[in-house]
Amino acid sequence: MKQMNPEEIRRRIAALVPADVLAAHVRRGRAAADGRVVVAMSGGVDSSVAAALACAAGCEVVGVSMRLAPDGGEAQGGCCSLEDFEDARRVADVLGFPHYVIDFRDAFRSSVVEPFVAAYLAGRTPNPCALCNRELKFDALWNFAETLGALALATGHYAGIRETEAGVPELRMAADPDKDQSYFLFELASEALSRTLFPLGALRKGDVREIAGRLLLPVAEKPESQDICFVGKEGYGALVERLAASDQVRSGVVVDEAGAVIGSHAGVHKFTIGQRRGLPGGSLEPRYVTEIDAGTGVVHCGPRAGLERKSVAVSRVTRQNTEDGGEDLQVRVRHRHPLVPCRIAGVDESGRLRIDFERPIIGVAPGQAAVWYRGDTVVGGGWIEGTFDG
Amino acid sequence: MIDLDHNAGGQVRAEVAAALGEWLAEPHGNPSSPHALGRRARAAIDSARESVAALVGSDPAEVIFTSGATEANNQVVESSTGHVVTSVLEHPSLLRPLARFGPSRRVRSLRGDAFGRVSVAEALEALQPETGLVSITWASGEIGTLQPVAEIARAIRRERPAGVLLHSDAVQAVAWQEIGFADSALDLLTVSGHKIGAPTGAGALIVRADCQLAPLLYGGPQERGRRAGTPNVSGLVGFGVAAGLALREREKRRRLVARDIETIFEVLQSQAGPVQRLGPPNGLPNTLAIAFLGMRGDALQVALDLEGICVSTGPACAAGGAEPSPALVALGLDDEIIKAALRISLAEPLGQEQAVAVATQMATVVTRARRRAVAGRAA
Repeated sequence: MKQMNPEEIRRRIAALVPADVLAAHVRRGRAAADGRVVVAMSGGVDSSVAAALACAAGCEVVGVSMRLAPDGGEAQGGCCSLEDFEDARRVADVLGFPHYVIDFRDAFRSSVVEPFVAAYLAGRTPNPCALCNRELKFDALWNFAETLGALALATGHYAGIRETEAGVPELRMAADPDKDQSYFLFELASEALSRTLFPLGALRKGDVREIAGRLLLPVAEKPESQDICFVGKEGYGALVERLAASDQVRSGVVVDEAGAVIGSHAGVHKFTIGQRRGLPGGSLEPRYVTEIDAGTGVVHCGPRAGLERKSVAVSRVTRQNTEDGGEDLQVRVRHRHPLVPCRIAGVDESGRLRIDFERPIIGVAPGQAAVWYRGDTVVGGGWIEGTFDG
Repeated sequence: MIDLDHNAGGQVRAEVAAALGEWLAEPHGNPSSPHALGRRARAAIDSARESVAALVGSDPAEVIFTSGATEANNQVVESSTGHVVTSVLEHPSLLRPLARFGPSRRVRSLRGDAFGRVSVAEALEALQPETGLVSITWASGEIGTLQPVAEIARAIRRERPAGVLLHSDAVQAVAWQEIGFADSALDLLTVSGHKIGAPTGAGALIVRADCQLAPLLYGGPQERGRRAGTPNVSGLVGFGVAAGLALREREKRRRLVARDIETIFEVLQSQAGPVQRLGPPNGLPNTLAIAFLGMRGDALQVALDLEGICVSTGPACAAGGAEPSPALVALGLDDEIIKAALRISLAEPLGQEQAVAVATQMATVVTRARRRAVAGRAA
């Protein structure tokens, strides 16, 4: 496979990625100085093109694939299998930079997988991708990169970073609203953003594939990995059952909105708020999971109207700018949910921040993140602890 | 690029490459063919056979050429039965074929001392009535531990005159230690070309004349019916040349390389400490297993690679990254030490000046990495 130099890469992608876009998204902040940039490579087309753009911008690229799945897990899982690592290496060969596979299995297990299992057992719906970003990619991997003298870490996330007038980096939505992943990145505050690059921020998915094609990358046609990366064919329910302690998975009852027991279940972990599937049938109206009480093992369900929530209480809040006045905000409470205008109502007696919605939202699940935006800028986010219908 | 990872399988020696070039430029055929082209190839292999035999101190007739050490070790397992006594420092190419038999081949892995060195007493004590194979690697390429193979073999043979196959994987040892196969009590010995400067793909199983060997591959009658398949003639030509050089230079290189390793360690310790030495004091002279405490070994390996210095952390895994060193895991070292472990191994003496220069360069990289890691943690 022929190797390409930065000049060649720039030439091939110039029509899709002009020099000023490269400058704004890749050679920005600390990475503007000539230096090493570590690119997190999953072996997919997004991170491969992110690496290509870093090369095009003249960075000294070092590709790193994170080994996350337990031994043998690579065979079962969604993403980051042995083949994926090979794909990443071949992309690195084409683009002319070194690639390494580095073991982060311990950190992944303790920081992402175990909290995932614990959340489901506690009746919450976890958000492992946001955790992985915070703990693995932008912490453990960043530490690794920093040891190598890297000035920045680049990923294939669809998200944007732009500096304010004062030069403070802010997190923004990506240009492609369909692919935007800023929701999962809300915990990156300005310190982390100052040493992060999202080369795909200004691109649409179609452009990214087009770029991969023009660069003859072996992954140009590779399908997306759907699903959570560590949940393979077994499904998340089976994974939780496999990793939970024997006494942690308990059966319980399903009750309707009147409190009547209408059925039983094999474990609260099989449910999430707003779910219809898996509930006992036999009512005129469709029923949805409205609440999960892991302590008693009771899964509450009811009609759709019972899912409406007017407010959430969040904890562990990340604020991009602590002086922000809080006007014109819209909140997203789940990936790909529509934005809803909201107001920050203040801190409650438990120290949690209350976010009130201008209109009720259906399917708000404790354990998820609430991320609030002004326009396409991320203003803040936190973890949903409680939801309220009044 | 500075190669400090010889034990992974070194580069082809210049003399070997030259000899190989000459060989490949000449017409030759299949060594099994009776005509002139075949005879030429046959003669080349015979010459290689003598050379390898001389290196290990065996009769040329006892040398069976294979594709490498993995094949040889697999054949040893295949040719033996019953209970197995071995060490915790064995290579997967011995352990995996054994594991395939499951409970029908029980394996006793002797822990030995802190560096995995097995004593004669331990080996004798481990013998069972149904023991059919004792296999102890002569030298660990990971941490350098040398096993008293000759003594163990002698003692076991005295105890069990028949019924136990005695084998040693000498792949990492042949360049540095005298083997003396003929005078030993061993039945079988494994050697490999790419650990002594020959191209990959050529190895040998040394088999005592009266030892019954089970074939791994069935087909043609090559190697007197003990290993089917047209041999890797060019690889074996290289192997032969490399073996001759290794034998001639062993004595001198052993001394000089040991000195270079000590020098490297001293420089690293004084300029990039704290650094812990992980191997035994009198191990392989070319091998230095260390841990820069508090650092990730794999991060240092990458940092060094980016500066053109190639070292190892452990064997490569299927994913293409590094596995923790199985030897260190088997010896029960602390997780932190295992994560910090690095291995430096030399193909040949560098000379004191070069040794200092290389170690100084390494120390600079490590110190810088350490500073950044500390700064990162503090931030």
